[in-house]
Amino acid sequence: MPTFTLKINNKTHTVEADMDTPLLWVLRDQIDLVGTKYGCGVGQCGACTVHADGTAMRSCLLQISQAEGMDITTIEGLSEDGKHPVQEAWKEVDVPQCGYCQAGQIMTASAFLEKNPSPSESEIRNAMHGNICRCAAYNSIEEAVKVASKKLS
Amino acid sequence: MIPSNKNTFSRRSFLKSSALASGGMIIGFNLFNACKSDVKPSIDLSQLNYNDFNAFIKISPEGKVTIFSPNPEIGQGVKTSMPMIIAEELEVAWDDVLVVQAPLDTKNYNRQVAGGSQSIRHGWTALRQTGATAKQMLVNAAAAKWGVDASECSVKNGVITNAKGETLGYGDVVSDAAVLEVPEEVSLKDPKDFTIIGQGKGNVDIDKIITGKPLFGLDYKVEGMLYAAVLRPPAFGQVLDTYDASVAKSLPGVVDVITIGKKVREFQEAGKGNWTMQISSSDKVVVIAKTTWDAFKGKNAIKATWKTDTPLESTEKHDDILLGLLNGKNFSTRRQDGDVKKAFANADKVIERIYESPFLPHNTLEPMNFFANVTDEKVELVGPVQTPEAAHSVVAELLGRDIENVHLDMTRMGGGFGRRLYGDFVFEAAEISDAVRKPIKMVSSREDDMTTGVYRPAIKYKIAASIKDGKLTGYHLKEAAVNSNMYGLIPNFFPAGAIENYQVDTANYQSNITTGAWRAPYTNFLASAEQSFFDEIAEELGVDRVQLHMDLLDNVKKNPEPNIEYNPERLQNVLKLAVEKSNWGKTEAGVYQGLSVYYCHNTHVAEVADITMENGLPIVKKVTCAIDCGIVVNPLGAINQAKGGILDGIGHAMYSDFEFKDGIPQSNNFNSYQLIRMGQTPKVDIHFIESDIDPTGLGEPTLPPVGAAIANAIYKATGKRLTKQPYMGNLNVEEKVLG
Repeated sequence: MPTFTLKINNKTHTVEADMDTPLLWVLRDQIDLVGTKYGCGVGQCGACTVHADGTAMRSCLLQISQAEGMDITTIEGLSEDGKHPVQEAWKEVDVPQCGYCQAGQIMTASAFLEKNPSPSESEIRNAMHGNICRCAAYNSIEEAVKVASKKLS
Repeated sequence: MIPSNKNTFSRRSFLKSSALASGGMIIGFNLFNACKSDVKPSIDLSQLNYNDFNAFIKISPEGKVTIFSPNPEIGQGVKTSMPMIIAEELEVAWDDVLVVQAPLDTKNYNRQVAGGSQSIRHGWTALRQTGATAKQMLVNAAAAKWGVDASECSVKNGVITNAKGETLGYGDVVSDAAVLEVPEEVSLKDPKDFTIIGQGKGNVDIDKIITGKPLFGLDYKVEGMLYAAVLRPPAFGQVLDTYDASVAKSLPGVVDVITIGKKVREFQEAGKGNWTMQISSSDKVVVIAKTTWDAFKGKNAIKATWKTDTPLESTEKHDDILLGLLNGKNFSTRRQDGDVKKAFANADKVIERIYESPFLPHNTLEPMNFFANVTDEKVELVGPVQTPEAAHSVVAELLGRDIENVHLDMTRMGGGFGRRLYGDFVFEAAEISDAVRKPIKMVSSREDDMTTGVYRPAIKYKIAASIKDGKLTGYHLKEAAVNSNMYGLIPNFFPAGAIENYQVDTANYQSNITTGAWRAPYTNFLASAEQSFFDEIAEELGVDRVQLHMDLLDNVKKNPEPNIEYNPERLQNVLKLAVEKSNWGKTEAGVYQGLSVYYCHNTHVAEVADITMENGLPIVKKVTCAIDCGIVVNPLGAINQAKGGILDGIGHAMYSDFEFKDGIPQSNNFNSYQLIRMGQTPKVDIHFIESDIDPTGLGEPTLPPVGAAIANAIYKATGKRLTKQPYMGNLNVEEKVLG
């Protein structure tokens, strides 16, 4: 099997995997970064969202061969101490119910706010539309993005 | 229903305390038995022995309080709210409490899990008594040290003060307290003195969730663990015929390909299955590999043929059968008041509607998965399951092991909604590991999860009402459902007791499609049907919708009926509050409102939906919801549950559909099955009735009413009565604004 060198959360990892292996499973099963979640495998739910060169991407659709050379950030690397403004906002608003989708929600929100720190309500709703929360904590997610936006701007 | 201030039963066997080697104190109790829905504490808790304890309060010599909670957390918030109840009576500051998932010692371990939004309702008194007992022992120890009477001492934030103003912290007396007798009777606080209950407390796992720490079943792993993907029959009614694993076996990462199913089949054939065993009796092909991806790829490379064992069913056929049942004569009568036949015969007018709902998968975002490690000596099981006790005992029997050699640990669950009540994925994991004698994790792909589920069954209702002299005189509800009918006390919900002539009949059709409980079983659609129908009744009677309900509930108050399950006063109160908070009837032009009032899972709820029409399609803008769940233990968690239930209810009522063709589910992932997303969500405004009545649950009760609130609002906007879910798939009308 081919070998790939990945830069994840500012650390270099060398892994062996088939070239079509999604980054999601490399993270979860080979590098033990299980914060990135599997929900659908077809880019529909957003639970597996990571940052690739600063852009929110579905790690279930990003093949390891494509991920090589990219600067990957997962939920574990978003901040050193869980104090990223988006994480703090999630805590303040007490967003999670089951909590399973929240890493993906946080990664989508943080990449979005990086590019648009003071979004309108409809911009927030559009940006977060791709992430499914099966517990439907959507009101709280929306509120937390607003709180994070205030912290950032 | 004022909470009792004194214990009335012996607590010696309910609670035990002991000294810790480290100098602290530990108090044990059984959380599941305390919270089990059908247990009366005064009977069953007295039969417990020390080994039955599964939850503990630990107080260290430094005064730190740790509450070990073994309760499974599926997103309903009990891991936060249950310890809050203990901490309230223990008189400690919430910030000083650490909540930890209990280490699971399965020896002689009796585990039950309450479902149906019952954890808080049934745990309330026992949890309070647990905290109060621990507090009393600490106070008794301090009083003995001072040589004063315990009644002269008071406690605040873990500090005991005597009449002279001297103080001792819990840590100072914990060693003495640990060796005292457990008191027989303790006082509980007056709800008006609560300082933790009623205050919003954040999720205790929040830091782990927001930083991506391992918490869920899918995150669990051990050294040397392999991943297993299971190829199950693609259609309900099919079983495995032949398979060719040669390509799969040649793939990198694939370790083994085996078949399982024999043990489950033999178990079922021997009639040993219980209700949690909703599982195909077919053989299944299992690919075992080094990573999940390798296992999924290996599964896709299996070439299998299937043979038809029982009829392959389709949605069209279900529709015909259920409508046939509704129009037929073979019903079981579940409740009968007066004489509906006579009322209908004498009526000026009879109105009748049929309401229809599809099958629904649960789609927990964390797909089904479980860890199993079967060795000659023991069986180790770890993962997300709502019924650990049943899974534990079935696996022991399935593998022919003594139950004490089978261990089951629970993880946090990425959603439940009823799906994880059924243990099929645990039994599969156990059978796989038993065959290969290696630690394995069975992981379902999303497609596996959605197409081999235990679905909310398709249900249809036919409701008829008779009107005589401008009054509602009769109400006849018929239910036709796949596999099973409304259960328990549902026929005693509103409008039972409110209408003189009232009858509920049920009929069912047995299908080979596996079905089971889905968030708010049966009422999740029943409420949509009935509360839509009441809108129509009000229109026929020419009375205001709110007034109709107030009058019907007045009937119940005037003629109290012991067998009804709801409280008419509480239902009126939530209705009034929802009307007030929603500005019912006073909205601006272009906003249409729909109302729904419902009681289920012991909680009373009223909801008003505000919609607008855009490009001929309804947009839900706002839902105002009034709730009476008694005392609100944790307002933050309560609002989360209530809002989530409403948005989940809107999503499934409006968008989600699930059809079968020749036994094959026609949706298999989120690109062919629609779940509600943020852009489709209204703002939800929650209002609680202030109350000192013992609390009831919130995981389900806000979901059932919302479908009708939406349908009734859409009727106002379009003049079309929506009777078939999902509404958006069956809307198909031009906007006809009635104003």
